[in-house]
Amino acid sequence: MAQEPVLAVESLRVEFATGDAPPVVAVSDMSFEVHRGETLCIVGESGCGKSLTALSILRLLPRPYGRIGAGRVLLDGRDLTTVSEAEIRAVRGRAISMIFQEPMTSLNPVLTVGRQIAETVMVHEGLSWQDCMDRALEMLRQVRIPEPERRLHEYPHQLSGGMRQRVMIAMALACRPRVLLADEPTTALDVTIQAQILDLIRDLQQETGAAVVLITHDLGVVAEMAQRVLVMYAGSKVEEGSVEEIFDAPSHPYTRGLMAAMPHLGGGRGKRLNEIPGVVPALDARPPGCAFAPRCMQAVARCHAEAPPLVQIGGTHTVACWAHGQGARA
Amino acid sequence: MAASEVTAATAAVAPTARRRPSRLRRIRRYLLPAMGAVLLVILILSALVAPWMAPYDPFEMNVVDRLLPPNEAYWFGTDAYGRDIFSRTLYGGRVSLVVGASVALASTAIGLLIGVIAGYFRMADAILMRIMDGLMAIPGILLAIGLMSLTRASIWVVIVAITIPEVPRVVRLVRSVVLSVREQVYIQAATAIGTRFPRLMVRHILPSTFAPLIVQATYIAASAVLLESYLSFLGVGTPPEIPSWGNIIAEGRLYVQIAFWNILFPSIFLALMVLSINVLGDGLRDMLDPRLARRL
Repeated sequence: MAQEPVLAVESLRVEFATGDAPPVVAVSDMSFEVHRGETLCIVGESGCGKSLTALSILRLLPRPYGRIGAGRVLLDGRDLTTVSEAEIRAVRGRAISMIFQEPMTSLNPVLTVGRQIAETVMVHEGLSWQDCMDRALEMLRQVRIPEPERRLHEYPHQLSGGMRQRVMIAMALACRPRVLLADEPTTALDVTIQAQILDLIRDLQQETGAAVVLITHDLGVVAEMAQRVLVMYAGSKVEEGSVEEIFDAPSHPYTRGLMAAMPHLGGGRGKRLNEIPGVVPALDARPPGCAFAPRCMQAVARCHAEAPPLVQIGGTHTVACWAHGQGARA
Repeated sequence: MAASEVTAATAAVAPTARRRPSRLRRIRRYLLPAMGAVLLVILILSALVAPWMAPYDPFEMNVVDRLLPPNEAYWFGTDAYGRDIFSRTLYGGRVSLVVGASVALASTAIGLLIGVIAGYFRMADAILMRIMDGLMAIPGILLAIGLMSLTRASIWVVIVAITIPEVPRVVRLVRSVVLSVREQVYIQAATAIGTRFPRLMVRHILPSTFAPLIVQATYIAASAVLLESYLSFLGVGTPPEIPSWGNIIAEGRLYVQIAFWNILFPSIFLALMVLSINVLGDGLRDMLDPRLARRL
């Protein structure tokens, strides 16, 4: 990929300031790139900072406590962390769109879905209301909602969860964004509907060439959708690589733990699923060394004392673990 | 594939929609509010057409006919000056109507504005809400007496005096709705598509306040009608030369033992007006907030 990335996040740090105490770092030294038409999956367990990373790209961190402490977010080379409020607003929904996890609550219950989709177009393209509604109808058709003419004038409560998520996707894509941030778009849906929504995202991505950042904790979704995978643990990137690299040679003990925790068909009935012992350390109680060390089977003394740097172990495969790179790899 | 979603959804909805509500519940949901609305419309119309419908000039004194009981010529009887109580009662409705409507409109408009600001801007919230707490501590009747003694008695002073203590109630209501709505994911979603603040406010947050506001406005109108009568009865409300229900009752009070109709008819009108507004308000609440209605 010699071509310039559409979106590049560089050494991003997200922190929360509460009172006089030093800020709590929720995401640290996060870097990744996505290219046109590419899908990057960010994987990790609840509370590891996946959603915060996505929110900070659009500067939607919960105010007044959350803030970007350091780093840059480059959209086509322009740093979004320093642009004015008006400029970031012009980016939201137009160049970068976001789909939220809960299709039940991310639509306004008192407005028809047609109005909500048309609004995105209205805000950014300033077309006449009729044109905006036409676009909304076209979007509903594109996300394959049956009877779009009727659905256009319906309220969110008249739609099923799957259809609401389709409406969210229609809203997100109404202005043909170059980047789509999807924060667990299928977590709240039935498995069959999940597959339909993922198919839809993939098809529309092929049509529009958008770069997709898909946040999930479901490795099945990752295998299905991703070209590249980024594994997060406790606010930091622990491993990144192409989907083949990650699935064929998971190198961080945490990634391997995640893989092992997946149920397998024919994996023996009645056996307990593998789990990773322990819990994620609290934000303000991170161990000095590797954040995963307290739960890691292979941890050695060095892991508890010193945080491992990211090292390259294959083509595009990087991992932050003392078991790889420097001395250990030789 | 998506079509099966649709059928599944309609199938799930159908059985609950079919279930017939009990007779009592139907009466409470539809019949009572409808009766309230009809009664209110009749009262409003009677006040509006008073100049054409009243058989006598409400100010015309007819000393020969003083304190007559209801008869064919004077349907509601006459008062101590021989004025027709029916005509006066019709005209009195105009005062109640103006006061009820203006207080409801003014307090919801002002309350909505302040409530939205308090609900959305944390800085303003602390200051505004303390002011509102202060206003709420002022008894409406005392405030009216104070204002009356400072200015000349007029119907506008009555409206202001009743509006001021009502505003904080509206502010609290609006603020609580805004506080809960602003944390909703759909507000974040609207922000994420680049919606500006004024638009976010007007299109996404304000509509959620309308249902409770409409209901609250009816209660305010009812209590304003009642308060206007209290004030007029005490002689600190509508100036005595204008017939209002409170004034008529206040004047009739002196003759209650020999001419009870002096206070009976305006009292009935007052009670019916307040009752009809409240019943209508309850009906609106049940219709606009189905979740609460189901619990009742």
